[in-house]
Amino acid sequence: MMCEQTQGILNFCRVHSIYEYILPDWLSSITYLITAITFGLIVINMIIMATALYTWFERRTLARFQSRLGPNRWGPFGLLQPIADVIKAITKEDTVPESADKIVFNLAPVLLLTTTLLVIIVIPLGPNSFMGSLNVGVIFIIGITSINTIAIFMGGWASRNKYAMFGAMRSVAMLITYEIPMGISIVGILLLSHSMALSEIVMSQKIPFFIVQPLGFFVFFAASMAEISRTPFDQIEAESELGAGFHTEYSGIKFAIITLAEFMAPIVSGIIITTLYLGGFKGPSFLPAEFWFLVKVFIVIFGMLWIRATWPRLRIDQIMGFAWKILFGLGLFNLFSIAIEIIILQDSITGIISTVDYWLMAGINWGFAIVLFFVITQMTGNKNKEYIKRSYEVNTIK
Amino acid sequence: MSIRTEPVTINLGPQHPSTHGVFRLRVTFDGETVVDIDPVFGYMHRGTEKLAETRSYVQIVTLTDRLDWVSSMSNNLAYVRAVESLSNIEVPERAQFLRVITAELQRIASHLMATGFLVNDMGAFATPLMYCFRERERILDLFEILCGARITLSYMRPGGVFQDAPKEFWSVLDNLMKEIPGYIDELEGLVTTNEIVLARSKNVGVLTAEQAINGSLTGPMLRASSVNWDIRKSNPYEVYDKLKFDIPVGFNGDVFDRYIVRIQEMRQSLKIISQCIDMIPEGPIRTETPFNIRPPVGDTYSSVEAPKGELGFYLVSDQSIAPYRCKIRSPSFINLSLLREMLIGWKMADLIVILGSIDFVMGEVDR
Amino acid sequence: MYGLGLLKGLLVTMKNLVFPSRMFTTHQYPDRKISPLGLSKLENKNIISFFVSNPSKFIRSLLGLISVDDKFPQSPRFRGQEFTWYEQRCTGCASCAKYCPLGIIKIVTSPSGESIPEGQKYSIDVFDIDIGRCMFCGLCVEACPYDALHMGSGFEEATYQRENLVIDIDRLKSAPKKPSTWFRPQLEEVGYDPKSGDEITWEQIGRHQRPSVSEQEDNWVNR
Repeated sequence: MMCEQTQGILNFCRVHSIYEYILPDWLSSITYLITAITFGLIVINMIIMATALYTWFERRTLARFQSRLGPNRWGPFGLLQPIADVIKAITKEDTVPESADKIVFNLAPVLLLTTTLLVIIVIPLGPNSFMGSLNVGVIFIIGITSINTIAIFMGGWASRNKYAMFGAMRSVAMLITYEIPMGISIVGILLLSHSMALSEIVMSQKIPFFIVQPLGFFVFFAASMAEISRTPFDQIEAESELGAGFHTEYSGIKFAIITLAEFMAPIVSGIIITTLYLGGFKGPSFLPAEFWFLVKVFIVIFGMLWIRATWPRLRIDQIMGFAWKILFGLGLFNLFSIAIEIIILQDSITGIISTVDYWLMAGINWGFAIVLFFVITQMTGNKNKEYIKRSYEVNTIK
Repeated sequence: MSIRTEPVTINLGPQHPSTHGVFRLRVTFDGETVVDIDPVFGYMHRGTEKLAETRSYVQIVTLTDRLDWVSSMSNNLAYVRAVESLSNIEVPERAQFLRVITAELQRIASHLMATGFLVNDMGAFATPLMYCFRERERILDLFEILCGARITLSYMRPGGVFQDAPKEFWSVLDNLMKEIPGYIDELEGLVTTNEIVLARSKNVGVLTAEQAINGSLTGPMLRASSVNWDIRKSNPYEVYDKLKFDIPVGFNGDVFDRYIVRIQEMRQSLKIISQCIDMIPEGPIRTETPFNIRPPVGDTYSSVEAPKGELGFYLVSDQSIAPYRCKIRSPSFINLSLLREMLIGWKMADLIVILGSIDFVMGEVDR
Repeated sequence: MYGLGLLKGLLVTMKNLVFPSRMFTTHQYPDRKISPLGLSKLENKNIISFFVSNPSKFIRSLLGLISVDDKFPQSPRFRGQEFTWYEQRCTGCASCAKYCPLGIIKIVTSPSGESIPEGQKYSIDVFDIDIGRCMFCGLCVEACPYDALHMGSGFEEATYQRENLVIDIDRLKSAPKKPSTWFRPQLEEVGYDPKSGDEITWEQIGRHQRPSVSEQEDNWVNR
């Protein structure tokens, strides 16, 4: 009965009917709740195991980029290495500084993990598999990921350590700066999809949105890499600088939770990028839709890993400059061009934009992107080229 | 209305992932900008100069290995030349060529390590570092074929080189000469044109030529500040006057120039080595000297161009088997004397990068 | 152009990931996990015939459960940690002890009789080398005039207590005699490799020929 209301979630209905069969009658009012809890546990476990696998994958792939081997001692190909890491983290002493604010100190890692996990609720993993379909899914995501900022600041503040405070304040400044380009590029999508529910956004991607809005994709990708503090934006937790950022005072299981949240962030970020820009679970129908979803998430995660292996990090004022000057400008430009194109190409009666029009918009936007790329590079790049060429002069002393 | 800020003093302690060795720096920050610094070193003082007064002249060769442990051939060369100039020993020509080959190989290894750690300090997550170390491993394997050890070599003796190179040395060296230019080009493709590296290192830590000369800097730091000075060209020693090579000179004196000067020096070293391989004659490798050599009474100062700068030895002898005084002019110690001019006024992230570009080794600074 | 340098860096890294010649310049010591391909090469079989002949081993090595010993490549001149000492050649002159910069060699000798005739040597009671403080510079080997002391070629001398790091005379006498070719050109001329070669006896090791009795008489009796 309740199953028909939540239409289209076949797996939920199946499990619900199983539970109705097993459980006695006097529990029938909360069968829905039990099914929901089961699904929640399954999904959370899946995500955490995916994170553990991702730590192994990252260490191994980064090592292969650097012509060395990664972990390969524990288990076949080193696959049990995350378990070894967890055992190490658990058996360490869990210290709390004496003058620290105990409640806030203990709450910060939990908050960090919770907000990263909560994003999975609204993501459609397939045409029939999603946990909940909010019709304000995008705002939910943006709001939840902003609580990350508060959690980081809580961790730094409660430690009563001036290095942790340094790290936390810089991190908060950077994170709230980068939420603006994220928001602007998302608005560009919302104009095309007419709805904020994520399943509607996936359905309305007749061609994936990164082809239609390359500038928006670039802005969102860079902004989300900064939000999860990955190279080249990881100045705040650079270990070769002073201290270790906001998690200086954490050890033991709390540190393991923070590390888990940090490694979960690229996966969740990859999932969001896939849903918004790469077409979600759409793909040729000879393989199930969840498979295509996983393939696309893997591609995004590999891209982030490749970038992390190659580029050094930017200084904090260069990071802020990048957000305010380049990303913000590109995001606004993208928004205006999309809005103008929609007004021109929209079918004036029904308001629907056809696939042909999508390709036309893609062509125009790519043209804009290439022109802007050339303009920006010509403005800033010539000095670099001359600089490098002059540095190559060799003199001979007689 | 201006915001009132308070400077805060932070200890960049002796144990730190990014200071190269046990080097302590007390920095006063005002926001992000460095306002005052106070370096403290001496954590690695082992009394090398005092120990040298109780060891014979050949035993001191093993002490000099451990000064700049990254480039021990150059240290040996500087010391052995000092002893030879005290006692007027002639070195056979094959030994001179072997010395030049190994010194230039050591220069490549040392500059590879310096470059790798510079880019690592910029935060590149160890990828260029691993590439540099992969190439340095090949050079260290070559040293193992030659003298049995990889880092503390003790290859030179007063009067020449202590053992000739075996046959497989030359074939491995030829292999290396063919492949290393490609690897250096690849490293440059990864680092030099990278905009993030340029943004982090352009116009950072600038030293003018006048500051550099007044502070008696030597080595790549001096040449990056556009001063034409290299001991291999101005006071040539060994067979450097017979070889043709260029000296790279920068024009701006910032971190990027120092990096480029080191890369160019590596290429010039390759050129020198290939000329030496063609020109090397057969012959003896060591003049016969007594085991416990007793130079006549006198003193001498002789210096070589080590990868970090000018490394000099001042030896005073009183005709016993051990020197009366052995003073070491170490380039890293003198290069660190201009820390205030180089660091004050820059940001916190630049501090680490500038320290990485000076390329000092604590074994030399503290002796 | 701005931005292209970044892309070039990405291509360099991808090149290092993909091309097999760049990978695995590491040696795994003491043992390394081996894949089915490597195992089939070790046994000189085609991979399919290897699978047919021994399927359980194939599957176990696919799961990464089989490891083989990995020999670390070393040059013959490597200055190793154990020392090779020939007691028939050693005369107890203690040049090595005098020459050591750290002074870690301890030699105690006693005369073998009342008066020592020509050609006899001291009997050595104590010959200790403390490899806990040795820096393996090889000056002792360079100093030995009779080619009695040579460097070894190993590096696995770790013990649990510092006192066990002293090599005493019994261990020196009973150790296998495989000297490294450091500062021994006579070994290099024959192309000796301490890791794979046979043991060398005390007659073969010397740089100089042992003089015959008539030559010794010429030198010492009829001078």
